[in-house]
Amino acid sequence: MNRKWVSYPYLIWMIIFIVIPSFLILFYAFTARDGQGIRFTLDNFYKFCEPIYISVLLKSLGLALFSTFVCLVVGYPVAMILASKQFSKSATLSMLFIIPMWMNFLLRTYSWLTLLEKNGIINSILSFFNLPKIDILYTDAAVVLGMVYNFLPFMILPIYTVLMKIDGKLVEAAQDLGGNSMTVFRRITLPLSIPGVMSGITMVFMPAVTTFVISKLLGGGQYTLIGNFIERQFIQLSDWNFGSAISMIMMIFILISIWIMSKFDEDKGGGAALW
Amino acid sequence: MVKKIIMKSYLGLILLFMYLPIVVLIVFSFNKSKSRGNWSGFTLKWYRELFTNSQIMDSLYNTLMLALISSIVAVLIGTFAAIGIHNMKKFKKSVVMNLTYLPVLNPDIVTGVSLMIMFVFIGSLIGLKLGFLTMLLAHITFNIPYVILSVLPKLKQMNKHMYEAALDLGATSMYALRKVILPEIMPGIISGFLMAFTLSIDDFVISYFTSGSGVANLSITIYSMARTGVKPTINALSTLMFVSVLLLLILINIRSSREEKKKRQYDA
Amino acid sequence: MKRFLSKLLVLAVVLSTAALAGCGTAGSTAGGSGDKVTLKVYNWGDYIGEDVIEKFEKQYNIDVVYDTFSDNEVMHTKLKSGGADYDVAIPSDYMIRRMIDEGMVKKLDFNNIPNYKYIDQKFRDLAFDPTNEYSVPYMWGTVGIIYNKTMVTDQVDSWNILWNDKYKKQVFMLDSQRDSIGITLKKLGFSLNTKKTEELEKAKQELIKQKQLGVVQSYVGDEVKDKMIMGEAAFAVVWSGDAVFMKRENPDLEYVIPKEGSNLWVDSMVVLNSTKHQKEAEQFINFMCETDIAFENADYIGYSTPHSEAKKKMSPDLLNDIAAYPTDEQTKNCEVFEDLAGSIKEYDRIWTEISAE
Repeated sequence: MNRKWVSYPYLIWMIIFIVIPSFLILFYAFTARDGQGIRFTLDNFYKFCEPIYISVLLKSLGLALFSTFVCLVVGYPVAMILASKQFSKSATLSMLFIIPMWMNFLLRTYSWLTLLEKNGIINSILSFFNLPKIDILYTDAAVVLGMVYNFLPFMILPIYTVLMKIDGKLVEAAQDLGGNSMTVFRRITLPLSIPGVMSGITMVFMPAVTTFVISKLLGGGQYTLIGNFIERQFIQLSDWNFGSAISMIMMIFILISIWIMSKFDEDKGGGAALW
Repeated sequence: MVKKIIMKSYLGLILLFMYLPIVVLIVFSFNKSKSRGNWSGFTLKWYRELFTNSQIMDSLYNTLMLALISSIVAVLIGTFAAIGIHNMKKFKKSVVMNLTYLPVLNPDIVTGVSLMIMFVFIGSLIGLKLGFLTMLLAHITFNIPYVILSVLPKLKQMNKHMYEAALDLGATSMYALRKVILPEIMPGIISGFLMAFTLSIDDFVISYFTSGSGVANLSITIYSMARTGVKPTINALSTLMFVSVLLLLILINIRSSREEKKKRQYDA
Repeated sequence: MKRFLSKLLVLAVVLSTAALAGCGTAGSTAGGSGDKVTLKVYNWGDYIGEDVIEKFEKQYNIDVVYDTFSDNEVMHTKLKSGGADYDVAIPSDYMIRRMIDEGMVKKLDFNNIPNYKYIDQKFRDLAFDPTNEYSVPYMWGTVGIIYNKTMVTDQVDSWNILWNDKYKKQVFMLDSQRDSIGITLKKLGFSLNTKKTEELEKAKQELIKQKQLGVVQSYVGDEVKDKMIMGEAAFAVVWSGDAVFMKRENPDLEYVIPKEGSNLWVDSMVVLNSTKHQKEAEQFINFMCETDIAFENADYIGYSTPHSEAKKKMSPDLLNDIAAYPTDEQTKNCEVFEDLAGSIKEYDRIWTEISAE
């Protein structure tokens, strides 16, 4: 195969715009600037080992994981419905999940405040019907809701794209052979959609770990996640060294989780390649 | 039948969830008061104000140009990259993929600041200043991974032997690429393009740090308004953008379904 | 499917060309003409009268590139990197001190800024620019408590009310380390510029106590304005300029500067060191200090002007509003922020401990 050259433009691009900046971050993470100039140090990493920072990190990972899970559970059926040929215009319908993002992120999140506040729109409607009010703003629930709202399209689209390509005849054949819909889903659809699911999980999980605007607005300032923390190091404190070190630690965590997932993908997805 | 109703209502529910905040936004673009906490009557003044506000208009222009160019370039580079990556050996593949993930998994602020340092450094060597071009390069950089991430699954799904069969039947590799691979992965390319376009419109942090004087995009303008209060003018603008996209989508649909009908009649 | 893509492209192109047509002027102004000077101004978003820039361009035959930022630190990061080449910026007090210390701003030639004479004595000789060499005040205000009269029966005149456990979940604090720790220091009777560890430690305990009492609903940013207007809580710590706006939208709200004192902030105009057009930059600053222009700016933004003549043109209602123009008696315990320098990390550690509590 002589098709490898097609990726060369990207590789060059990547070296300039991804590798070099990453080395900058690496450089900052392992150095400190003091009176005499710049010196090599591991202090930035030691500093992070304080329990308070670790708990911030764990909380961020936990919330992101949970949000990713919710996105998967909510999004998979949506992708299936869109791909189910019940709708002649499924491509258009799938676009409906992207258009909301054309409205500015900050405005959409402000909008959720208007909806969720104590005297907000949802509570006004609930109290009109004499239903109990909900009070989830500034809690985990609000942050998860914000993450799911913002990242759900990233889960739906890759799964939908993959499901669209599954050969309808395959499903029919399985049904002809007596498989009920549950079996067909478990044995055919699900395994074949794994690549899409993986890409969806990655695309949701990664931005969810590092978000800071969602946690700031819906979680309130009492809610420090790792994204907020990194932002503060870079902007408020101009401590790029510590900020870089934290983001490197996070990168390692995420790369490990991607690696685990790709293992999983290889094992299960291997079957899919046979078709 | 019941199944279809359940499916439809589930889809409706999720779409309601997605569009509820948008509806709120649109409603408040007609609010007389500047505050979203206070409904003080219907007005169109924010829409009038919008067109006389040159700062907002300039940033809208920048935003759309940026989104369009960056997503087209990202699709070109990203699609070919995905094809190349797909054919790589396992080790090389995982290295390249992990690097590809970096701009996605790095917090925006880290990507933004590191790109800024690099642009300033390289710029001082070759006399390039931060501006539209640097912002564009940054946008392309964070868009490419999303294109790759949406194209790769399609490639994985594709029948490996189809391309080889085409070659065996005498197709040139370019021809086979165009006639065999591209149609197969087209849905992935489309969703990658859409994703890239959208993310580019929505980005604030990276844009802020890689832009120079005089080239603010909408997000920068909106975020900087936060201190004195984001004005409903911005809601009005978002409403217009949203409505025009929606209308276009509907128009395209009506036209293509007419065409399809014609085609079906013709076929019959 | 292919057709779908082409449609999408058409869609995108149509939108962009529509925008292009709509802002045909954008391209032409960006190009700039021959020897006309281009002045680059960097200001907070929505922080200038609507046609002030245009008036300046006409009067002086200078092109202005006008950009906005969202907070002091973000602006500082950008300028410090050398990536932005602005001529004039309008940061806040403590940031100006830091920029002076870091050699980022130029000394002004006040011969080019005769209108400086209109700046009120109260805003001269301030700690961040004690000799008035670098900056010209643009807007000012205080930090205080805004409260909803229908929800509060006690007299509000002290920071202590924010620690009263009668008001569960009724307080919005500012999501800003400097301000929240600052007012707590004031409550305890310390200076809000303190770098003493034991005083900061006490402030930390006090803030943790406040959180444990359950009075804090949340630590919020700019969205606090809408929230107070909606009556989401009884109290909030806010900037005075916003308080004027909130009171207009919801007459139940009242603003006080607590008797222990508070922060008095000033946003001032400075000329950046990288400028190649110092004279024009000074002309711009002078123009902003013309009485009509200063009035137009203050009237549009709704914040308080340090310009003595422009102030006289304000409506009596506003002049009597303590949120807009407090008396010297009311601000006598107020302090202007100074740059914290190294202690900023101490503040951040404290803040992390409070937020993780």
